[in-house]
Amino acid sequence: MTVTNEPVPVPLTTRKDWSSDQEVRWCPGCGDYSILAAVQMLMPELNVPLESTVFLSGIGCAARFPYYMNTYGMHSIHGRAPAIATGLATTRPDLDVWVVTGDGDALSIGGNHLIHALRRNVNITILLFNNQIYGLTKGQYSPTSEVAKVTKSTPFGSLEQPFNPLSLAIGAEATFVARTHDMDRKHMMETFRRAHAHRGASFVEIYQNCNVFNDGAFEQITGKENRSNMLVPLTHGEPIRFGEDGERGLVLRPDGTVEIVDVASVGVENLLVHDEHRDNPGLAFQLSHLARGPFEPTPIGVFRDVERPEYGEQMAEQIEAATERRGVGDFAKLLRSGSTWTVG
Amino acid sequence: MSETTNDSPSEVLDRVVIRFAGDSGDGMQLTGDRFTASSALLGNALATFPDFPAEIRAPAGSLAGVSAFQVHISDHDISTAGDAPNVLVAMNPAALRANVALLPNGATIIVNEDAFDERNLAKAGYESNPLGDGSLSAFTVYEVPMTSITTEVTKDAGVKPRDAERSKNFFALGLISWLYTRPVEATQKWIEQRYADKPLVLEANRRAFMAGFHFGETVELFESNYEVRPAELEPGEYMNVTGNTATAWGLIAASVTSGLDLFLGTYPITPASDILHELSKHKNFGVRTFQAEDEISGIGSALGAAFGGALGVTTTSGPGMDLKAEMMGLAVSLELPLLIIDVQRGGPSTGLPTKTEQADLMLAMYGRHGESPVPIVAARTPAHCFEATLEAARLAVKYRTPVILLTDGYLANGTEPWRLPDVATLPVIEPNFATEPNHQEEDGSTRFWPYLRDPETLARPWAPPGLAGLEHRIGGLEKQDGTGNVVYDGANHEKMTRLRAAKVAGIARDIPPTEVDAQDGAEVLVIGWGSTYGAIAAGVQRIRARGLAVDQAHLTHLNPFPADLGAILSRYKRVLVPEVNTGQLSRLLRAEYLVDAVSFTQMQGVPFRAADMEAAIAAQFEHLNESAEELS
Repeated sequence: MTVTNEPVPVPLTTRKDWSSDQEVRWCPGCGDYSILAAVQMLMPELNVPLESTVFLSGIGCAARFPYYMNTYGMHSIHGRAPAIATGLATTRPDLDVWVVTGDGDALSIGGNHLIHALRRNVNITILLFNNQIYGLTKGQYSPTSEVAKVTKSTPFGSLEQPFNPLSLAIGAEATFVARTHDMDRKHMMETFRRAHAHRGASFVEIYQNCNVFNDGAFEQITGKENRSNMLVPLTHGEPIRFGEDGERGLVLRPDGTVEIVDVASVGVENLLVHDEHRDNPGLAFQLSHLARGPFEPTPIGVFRDVERPEYGEQMAEQIEAATERRGVGDFAKLLRSGSTWTVG
Repeated sequence: MSETTNDSPSEVLDRVVIRFAGDSGDGMQLTGDRFTASSALLGNALATFPDFPAEIRAPAGSLAGVSAFQVHISDHDISTAGDAPNVLVAMNPAALRANVALLPNGATIIVNEDAFDERNLAKAGYESNPLGDGSLSAFTVYEVPMTSITTEVTKDAGVKPRDAERSKNFFALGLISWLYTRPVEATQKWIEQRYADKPLVLEANRRAFMAGFHFGETVELFESNYEVRPAELEPGEYMNVTGNTATAWGLIAASVTSGLDLFLGTYPITPASDILHELSKHKNFGVRTFQAEDEISGIGSALGAAFGGALGVTTTSGPGMDLKAEMMGLAVSLELPLLIIDVQRGGPSTGLPTKTEQADLMLAMYGRHGESPVPIVAARTPAHCFEATLEAARLAVKYRTPVILLTDGYLANGTEPWRLPDVATLPVIEPNFATEPNHQEEDGSTRFWPYLRDPETLARPWAPPGLAGLEHRIGGLEKQDGTGNVVYDGANHEKMTRLRAAKVAGIARDIPPTEVDAQDGAEVLVIGWGSTYGAIAAGVQRIRARGLAVDQAHLTHLNPFPADLGAILSRYKRVLVPEVNTGQLSRLLRAEYLVDAVSFTQMQGVPFRAADMEAAIAAQFEHLNESAEELS
């Protein structure tokens, strides 16, 4: 299901309507600015009311995001936004609930809430700003930092295997998984639009540059001159290929892994055709593992978009069914539903 | 032979305490529960105390695996499950050994003699068989072959001996039902309904139950049976209720009277889980129950629901309270209504999961970083959990604040007859959602300020998403009074800190004065909170029966205290504070009112015994006399 081909309605709001009166306080040059701009520019196009939109966050640089949106919002505590969002989205199915988080917030302290929100398919849109570093606490390694990374807390290098956020989300039975990056506003807007349109939990990883503590972490793949050779765009129903002239592509190997090949040598007809709606998550997982880090050709776009009943909707259905079966709750009747006896 | 009993009328007792004890797998909780149910239908006053181990099934026959259920039935109003059982039903040697020390001389012991074989005696640590060695000579012991009779009567129904053996608790129930002249119909009907889909089990249980009843009637083992007549309770319709059910129903009532959708976010934990179980049955009240991935998500989701305009609730016990602390702090900062229900149990750490304690008062009061005041309400009896829950919900909604409701394991699982309230008289809770902008700028434009307070209650407006023009952002960072904008200014922080404290303190104006059960000229006050109510009342009654004047007060509101509490405490020469902790309320009272409160404490996982309470109160009079002598 893509929204892009539908006629775009005339926006009733402008970017200004979606911007709050609060001064944005990220470091100058931070990738967060371009993500904020992409969201604020997208919102009028989505044609949704301000008052039905909620941005929730935890703690970290990214978590300041709700203060800058002129919507309802909550800046909560570290890692817990998906839990708070679950309570909000299940009781208020009329709302658009967005969760803005970072690699430490979502994958370290809040890892548990993230995976459970994804598997339950709560109707929320999660934007994970991944800068592979702790910014707000001034430069410690994060759960997505590369092995051997030297930071303030790892002067001899980090010993830890990083999380691959997309692999984690796919493993957690997420129904919508995508990746974009802060250097391409158009791609961000398109990806966020798709995430918003998806019913259930949507998970978007955004490669975001922290120019103070981890500058250039994604430069090898997102730099203007590197993109065509290092970013592998995923388009549903199209063979997966990249390079200046689309000269490279992906094939599926007999052992189930994917491999980068020269299109000329294997033929276009043998390239892997991207299928977002494939029920089995195996291939999406393989794609998420194509690059070992942001220094090898890296797929971007929608990895997976499948339909599964949404959690809050199912909860509401159970309530409806119970009410149909037993009638609208009558408290006086409930009080006398057990064994009672009368005195006097 | 049944004529025998017909000829000798039942002996009338004013009260009796019966303790059913057996292996965890023997179904003693069920047996006690059914006996209680038929007593309730008879109109007895009653109180129960389920006492079971944390292990689901400890090794069969071991002391660790003993599970007991104590029930106190009476023809007059009673307040505790009884100090000492008059009758112990022991299904095996371990059950006898674990409970015999509770019995007063002259008590009756009914044992399943089939279980007293060498193997079970050894498992219980008996070197010789207590049924034959004279060690039980202080008691009247009845040896009844419960297992073999049960096996025998169920044999021709096609029940395998191994399955038949599992019905022996119904034999015990039948026997005790005869001994205390309980009607059999209610239990029979219950068996038929409960096991409708398992015809063999149904038949085995029915036969075992009636065999037990007839055994009492026909065997000349018991001299006579007993009758405990209905109590003179206030007129009304009653049901027997556990604290957890009363709490769950209180939440539904709060949802009904406030018109707010109920959302429970929780993680299973003993002894609080039954609130989740009960609420999850009542979806036709629009109740949403969410079994979260952990305690933090339990409270987090409830706070999210509250932000959206629902009645957000989380339930837990001690260890879960520790985990929820940070989210409670956020709720204090966000100033949103939220109910946190702590069904206290023995601590620290995992502690005694199935045993009661009231040791989380200081945690509720101070267990968050920073200045983080939270109103605290405590229930005193199983039925009172209903009212206390409604009150906690009222305060949360009216003052836009998290409220902690303290109950405990004894209240949660214990039962008492509850006079059903008239639904029309339940307190109405007004959500009073914000409907329009509340601030006008100099240029005439209007804004919504999320922290512009009601001058009287100091509560901020509650504006769930959905209304245009009221969009706002809130968070855990310190915010400016009024606008709610993030500011780090020191003077503003002090102002906000004092405002949050004043809001909670101001609740004292909105709660009833301290209830004192007073007598003329009393110089001793016994003051408590929570589940000690029954034991304190029983102790006070005993002291009054001696002709001494003593007053009793029991607190429902622990933060803030009722406004008149200080003046009341100052009236007495001795203030005794019994608690199932090391003296937490007494420390709060001393700190708040400079009163020389005397702490009386015990932490054995069980409620106070009335006799111990009596002794502790009596000791206060000795002190009074000593001081009087010193003066003369």
